[in-house]
Amino acid sequence: MVNSRRFKIIDALLILMMALPMVFAIILKILTNPESEGIAISGALIYFTIPMPKWDLPITESQVNSWLVMISIFGLCLYLTHGLSPKAQTKRQLLAEYIVTKTDSLVHENMGEFFSAFSPFICSILALSAFSSLSSLFGIFPPTSDLNVIAGWAILVFLLITYYKLKCGFGYYIKSFTEPIALLTPFNIIGEIATPVSMTFRHYGNIVSGSVISTLIAAGLRILSSWIFGWLPGAIGEFPFLRIGLPAILSAYFDVFSGCLQAFIFSILTMINISGAFDFNIYTARKNKKLSKKQKAN
Amino acid sequence: MLELAIGIILCGCAIGAGLALIAGIGPGIGEGNAVAKACEAIGRQPESKGSVMSTLFIGCALAETTGVYGFVTGLLLMFVVPKMLVNVLIAALKANGIL
Repeated sequence: MVNSRRFKIIDALLILMMALPMVFAIILKILTNPESEGIAISGALIYFTIPMPKWDLPITESQVNSWLVMISIFGLCLYLTHGLSPKAQTKRQLLAEYIVTKTDSLVHENMGEFFSAFSPFICSILALSAFSSLSSLFGIFPPTSDLNVIAGWAILVFLLITYYKLKCGFGYYIKSFTEPIALLTPFNIIGEIATPVSMTFRHYGNIVSGSVISTLIAAGLRILSSWIFGWLPGAIGEFPFLRIGLPAILSAYFDVFSGCLQAFIFSILTMINISGAFDFNIYTARKNKKLSKKQKAN
Repeated sequence: MLELAIGIILCGCAIGAGLALIAGIGPGIGEGNAVAKACEAIGRQPESKGSVMSTLFIGCALAETTGVYGFVTGLLLMFVVPKMLVNVLIAALKANGIL
């Protein structure tokens, strides 16, 4: 009895850990958002800048919000994995096992046996991207509609791609640029740089286009309702009746569906690009050569 | 004179943004083709609906990319580039001692 009660207290604390960052973000948004007349399309607010030797480091809304989303996801993970037992008894343990087995099978399907250690990374990218996009449902600035946040993820993926290309040998990495013929080297270099750029723009553009369309529709509905209900007296005439409920239908597509789909596609592309950069046969041949050299030296 | 120069900059940016969004035609046609083929496939083999649908969604989201490039270019031309170009113009005029 005492044991279960203590579990419940810890559970409540973990749920608070999930919910409090979002509440904090909403309060921050209410306190800092400048009151604007009408509807505007704007980027992330800059809270303050930290002076640095070369460039100043701005701390923006998207950075703060993405850290809050990360804390929230951390709380969710702790909540799902709290009180695990060898025999699955609780619903959340079943859910956690479902998520882990699904990600494992997804990574195994797309990347092969060698990369099976990648499933935590893929799952975290998927969760971060999806929850960042979904955080716009709370009315806060979604971190995924800032180009810099997604560019950071894409640069991380680019570094991983380069690392796995270099794993097959430096000579092989340099030679891969001159294929099929040496004339195509500049195009190959452009193609190498284009991978993170296209990943960034795809994710960013899809999320931002959704929010721009939602903003335009909301503005249009406001004008339309002032045309239709403008003859009503006083404050009732100015109230935009058509903006109740109707934008939510669009939000279901642009925020929920598009956000989750883009998160899924970002992680799929991550998997395909990383596993495509790595040639297992050449890697094993190189490893065997090294091993035989070492044995000869001994 | 400065007003005219800024006006030309803004006008050029707006026309450029409009032209950049022509890129939306390509993914429109491409996704239409993809959906048509998917409908055909489901009509032939209704039991494969799930896998066809999931492949279709991923393919559509990938095919959207070129349109999204145009959209991002348009956004940059509308909100970022004019300010930058006007700053460059004013800096150049100040450097030449005209302003």
